Amino acid sequence: MPMKFFAFILLAMISGLVSAAEPASAGIPDTLEERIKPCIICHRDADLIDRDAYFPRIAGKPAGYLYNQLRNFRDGRRYYQPMAILLENMSDGYMREIAEYFASQPYAYLEPVAPALSPDETKSVETLMYSGDPERDLPACSACHGEKLMGLQPAIPGLLGLPHAYLAAQFGGWRNGGIMRGQIPDCMSEIAKKLTQEEVNALVQWLPGLPASGQSAGADALTPELAQRCRTILSGQEVAR
Amino acid sequence: MRNSSRAGFTREMLINPANEMKREAHETQRLRHINKIDEEVSTAQRSDSLVQSINQHFPSKWQIIAFVAGGLLSLIPMASAQTPADSDTEQVRRGEYLARAGNCMGCHTTRGGEPYAGGRKLNTPFGQFVTPNITPDNETGIGRWNSEDFWQALHYGKSKDGRYLYPAFPYTEYTKVTRLDADAIFAYLRSLPPVVQTNPPHKISSPYDNQFLLYLWRAQYFKEGVYQPDKSKSDEWNRGNYLVQGLGHCTACHTARNVLGASRDDKLSGGKIMGTHWYAPSLISPLEAGVGEWPIEDIVELLSTGINSHAVTSGPMATIVRQSLQHLSDYDLRSMAVYLKSLDEKRDNTPQKVRKMPEQVRQYVALGEKVYKEHCQNCHGESGQGVPGIYPPLAGNRNVTMRSPLNTIRNVLYGGYPPATAGNPRPYGMPPFQHFIRDPEIAHVVSYIRNAWGNIGSLVYPDDVDNSRGSEF
Ligand code: HEC
Ligand code: HEC
Ligand code: HEC
Ligand code: HEC
Ligand code: HEC
Repeated sequence: MPMKFFAFILLAMISGLVSAAEPASAGIPDTLEERIKPCIICHRDADLIDRDAYFPRIAGKPAGYLYNQLRNFRDGRRYYQPMAILLENMSDGYMREIAEYFASQPYAYLEPVAPALSPDETKSVETLMYSGDPERDLPACSACHGEKLMGLQPAIPGLLGLPHAYLAAQFGGWRNGGIMRGQIPDCMSEIAKKLTQEEVNALVQWLPGLPASGQSAGADALTPELAQRCRTILSGQEVAR
Repeated sequence: MRNSSRAGFTREMLINPANEMKREAHETQRLRHINKIDEEVSTAQRSDSLVQSINQHFPSKWQIIAFVAGGLLSLIPMASAQTPADSDTEQVRRGEYLARAGNCMGCHTTRGGEPYAGGRKLNTPFGQFVTPNITPDNETGIGRWNSEDFWQALHYGKSKDGRYLYPAFPYTEYTKVTRLDADAIFAYLRSLPPVVQTNPPHKISSPYDNQFLLYLWRAQYFKEGVYQPDKSKSDEWNRGNYLVQGLGHCTACHTARNVLGASRDDKLSGGKIMGTHWYAPSLISPLEAGVGEWPIEDIVELLSTGINSHAVTSGPMATIVRQSLQHLSDYDLRSMAVYLKSLDEKRDNTPQKVRKMPEQVRQYVALGEKVYKEHCQNCHGESGQGVPGIYPPLAGNRNVTMRSPLNTIRNVLYGGYPPATAGNPRPYGMPPFQHFIRDPEIAHVVSYIRNAWGNIGSLVYPDDVDNSRGSEF
């Protein structure tokens, strides 16, 4: 075995494969794109993945949001086993770089699917989206997620172009507590808990019906009151402790 | 043993060392099930925040201190000999370094939790242990302890209230730690902010919850005693031995355990890690992870960066590198390397007979070649040569050909990144294939890489793959 091993090294050296001085030799590009290949197996373009697939898009989402999620997975605040294993031994700095990479990637959004909702249901979802419900202390979704629901920099994601199954699972996670995004109360989990199951069912159908377009809005679109509500997330406090 | 779908194979071809391991795995899995464990796991924990703050506050000083600490200790081969008492801050800093070397934080912190406040669940065949809070909080931590109480715990495995501690706390190894070092670790723990955190109790299966049994166990298996330097060996060797067998508690994973959970010996001869599906390879066998033939520099590089040109750490070992080994001084790493190198079993130099593969075996292995070309070759190369320091070679890789295929199967199922360390801050990674390749194809491709390019290893079957699942970290 060792003989073979050394023979192999020798061979490799002769054929110029081993070049200890330059690690990024042998044609492996020294890029982030090469380094995140393991992520792409699941998070690739929508046209390569079934629309019903559970894997969410991550390209083009705000970098701060993505970074927070990576830390959540690594530190056990959001649970998905395959990702937790990949991130187990990553540093904060490396994860931030990866988050920025995905945030900068263009994304081909899913074609909208017309929801099967009654006019009444549609109307009540739209009210929730754009006006909220002051009685239950529910701000409009658009107040935080942007007028066009395309998110706010740097830490609030857009709501369009996400698969129905993924949306449903996120609300399930927030509402049932559980391990997924459930450990620390934050503005979004508080809102999700106040919604009725009917409202959730309707909005996870309604959202994939809208075409996604445009960019996420700037941070100044958020009122100070709402920024205060989401301070743990916006400041990264939640994760840094 | 083997089921009928393999009827075409002769018995010899089917002898599969994974079987033995599998039975053990089954048993553990059954017990794990009974104990409803799983959301928490058996290896180490994340704790970058602390590391980073240390690095920010004293970037270079820290390294100097670490180095000096290592150097001082080596001058006085084992610090049990007299050393002038440390000044307070000096002692705390030394304690911090030593706590790193012992990876106390790895076990005494939950995922994303307060450092040293405990609460981490360790799953074993005997039940679930929950690590205690060792911050200096009076009510929920060790705030009322004095250095003698601490010594009793670390050295004798006895709590302040006289209760015998379970060897899930590796005092069986820490007993080798000197009093001076123990006092420094205690001083460091005392300097931490107290955290009020009450942790859930252990859930130990009967009869293992019986203190008298534990007493008998100790009488049989626990040998108390501070490390005694071997005068015939170099200072480096002694320092390495002290770190590997003592604080570093490498034996806690790298030895086989008997049914009572006791290490068979302290020879680092390899074994499956209790309560997990990982095999910690022998550190003495040239067929596994013995490093007798590696230059010292290569060993140091692997321990401190997690990767070198021919090997890479993964799973629990990657975590140990991130949490503990990467923070050690160059002197200490070299010392460990010198000691590890000296452990090498003499190799049997009679050349291995190259047997011709029986036709059925050849056909089975060939099934994996297709899978390899489609999913693996891109990174690991046409002839398994890999890319040094980026993608590990699979040809001539002992982790791949080792008797136990467990880790290799897990590498393919779950993928992974080597640890992000100062020496390799942006590692390249391996995708998880569990959702993309079915068990039979995983069995084929693992059988293929164990037998291609001159590699020789036993074949792997779909139920070996299935039995390697679970216990994620
Ligand atoms: C095995 C498939 C798989 C792999 C590989 C994978 N992911 Fe994921 N990822 C998922 C799934 C599924 C979710 C949704 C999890 C949930 O919340 O239930 C997710 C969620 C995320 C999210 C949060 C998305 C959001 O909108 O909240 C981010 C960010 C992310 N992944 C990044 C990564 C990165 C970076 C990698 C590579 C290091 C990676 N993923 C590898 C499947 C995968
Ligand atoms: C007070 C501000 C606020 C309001 C109002 C709000 N959200 Fe959110 N939402 C957030 C934040 C912040 C996040 C990111 C959560 C995180 O980092 O874990 C988020 C995340 C989400 C996500 C996850 C997206 C993804 O890619 O995983 C969905 C879905 C969502 N919100 C839907 C809604 C809906 C529907 C409403 C209205 C009923 C709503 N939100 C109202 C702040 C808000
Ligand atoms: C492999 C995991 C592991 C590592 C590493 C570890 N511990 Fe522990 N420790 C435990 C467990 C489990 C217990 C509880 C044992 C029991 O209750 O019987 C424990 C108990 C203790 C106790 C006794 C507390 C009490 O209330 O009785 C002290 C003190 C302690 N550990 C200190 C340390 C120090 C210092 C280090 C590093 C040098 C360390 N531990 C490393 C798992 C670990
Ligand atoms: C938590 C359990 C655990 C502890 C503690 C541990 N190891 Fe390991 N070690 C493993 C496992 C599992 C592997 C196999 C995975 C791999 O190859 O990285 C391994 C592999 C190795 C390898 C071979 C790496 C390769 O790829 O060739 C070396 C060398 C090693 N360990 C040294 C040590 C030393 C030295 C210590 C003590 C400082 C130690 N280990 C402590 C679990 C552990
Ligand atoms: C995107 C590149 C990539 C692809 C594709 C890939 N690997 Fe890997 N592989 C890696 C990296 C990087 C590591 C080191 C991972 C670690 O340390 O956890 C690795 C590690 C391994 C190991 C462990 C080696 C050791 O020394 O411990 C095995 C075995 C392995 N890969 C087999 C495969 C097989 C089989 C396939 C195809 C099914 C495959 N790999 C596909 C990049 C890749």
